[in-house]
Amino acid sequence: MRIRYSLPALASAALVLLTTAIALIAYVAPEDADQGLSQKIFYFHVPIALTAYVMFGWGAWKALVHLWRRDPAADLESYVAIHQGVIFGALTLVTGSIWAKVSWGVWWAWSSNQLVLFLVLFLFYAAYFMLRFSIEPGPRRANSSAVYAIFGVALIPVSFLAIRLANDFIHPTVFTSHGPQMSGLMFFTFCVSWAALLTLAACLYQVELAGKRLDARLRELRELLA
Amino acid sequence: MTTAEKYVAAAYLVVFLVVLAYVLIIAAKLQRLEREVAELSELARARKEKEPERKAVAVG
Amino acid sequence: MTYLADVGTLARKDLLLELRARDTLPAMLLFVLSTLVVFHFVLPGDSSKLAATGLLWVALLFTALLGLSRSFAAEREQGVIDGLVLAPSDRSAIWLGKALSILVFLGLAELLALPAFALFFADVDGSLVAGVALADLGIAAVGTLLAAVAAASRARELLLPLLFLPLAIPIVIGGVGASVSDHSARFLGFLAVYDAIFALVCWASFEYVVTE
Repeated sequence: MRIRYSLPALASAALVLLTTAIALIAYVAPEDADQGLSQKIFYFHVPIALTAYVMFGWGAWKALVHLWRRDPAADLESYVAIHQGVIFGALTLVTGSIWAKVSWGVWWAWSSNQLVLFLVLFLFYAAYFMLRFSIEPGPRRANSSAVYAIFGVALIPVSFLAIRLANDFIHPTVFTSHGPQMSGLMFFTFCVSWAALLTLAACLYQVELAGKRLDARLRELRELLA
Repeated sequence: MTTAEKYVAAAYLVVFLVVLAYVLIIAAKLQRLEREVAELSELARARKEKEPERKAVAVG
Repeated sequence: MTYLADVGTLARKDLLLELRARDTLPAMLLFVLSTLVVFHFVLPGDSSKLAATGLLWVALLFTALLGLSRSFAAEREQGVIDGLVLAPSDRSAIWLGKALSILVFLGLAELLALPAFALFFADVDGSLVAGVALADLGIAAVGTLLAAVAAASRARELLLPLLFLPLAIPIVIGGVGASVSDHSARFLGFLAVYDAIFALVCWASFEYVVTE
């Protein structure tokens, strides 16, 4: 199923959504009673985390398609999706760390389940790139990468459960990293922000994919001409 | 700016910088691709110029 | 029934090879013992038994990696992997056979490691043994598949630990929790869930790792 849409349209949508989101965050969303201004980081941090999960899921889906239907394009799409996921995952860790610093005074908190989960996932998907760079391009590499990508989505809930268990054991106190209930306006801002970041991710994904496809076509051309 | 404002600004700035870095990397890639296309068109042109030497000659 | 027969044959082959070559298992035994001794010097004098138990899991994990890195070495050196793959049995039988043989190696290594640990550091109770047993299943399942993946790469000794450690983090959490926490049943249950999920995923996907 090839959805034909233009990249400029996607980029314009991302631009509009991002501008709206930032305007909402800066001017419209009410300041949180407990956390004050620092709560505003949450409008980017959580959508970035969610977008990373979406990209890992998309990568695993494409991996499944590759194994299932031997679709040659799917391997590249899976790789680019996971690349985006890792970029957004790294951003999650950085923004989460900044938020931890401003909320709790420390740059890292093992008690924050989401941060620890992302650290484990970051290590896992970083190893994905090690895998891809150390096997010669070909069906072996594509198949192994696809299997590993599918392992990733199995790891996400398992790790979450494990980290929850570990933190219950190490830190019996319950630490909510998401602050109190959101008012309607806050929730709306959150949704716009998430839509904006998803569109941005989709945009970057398409751009990277186009670049890599062009690379492959030029390589083919070079072999034909040489 | 209060400390809280500094940190919030830092968080948003980081996201912005990463996207900018991405654009830079794509720009560098585009330059490389342009160079490759130029090389390949040279190769194609050279190929085309060799063709007249391979004109069909009647035998027999 | 031929599936199980194939698995049995493959596992027996690996165990027989090891019995004759005697390189992997002695190395694992010596490694785990040496590591435990090193840990004695690593831990400060007034360390708790908890810290020592945690380090036991580090020792077990790296001993397992040692064994796993050798697990496809014989096939690679003799160029036999294609022969196995072309055999008329289900490819996942290769995985199951290998995983079983690794399980035996791990079990034997622990037969030495746990008494040594009890001697050097702290008591070993039932929940620790149960944790080790369940963790072994997960390590064997996931490790065997990743060893096959790494076997195809140029830097296989480097790649296997990198691929394995993130997936081993939940195993370590489960194992350490089962060993030291008061609610060990929760952690043992978690280990069982991990084993079930990943054994299934490994079993279903091994075919794709070794074929093209």
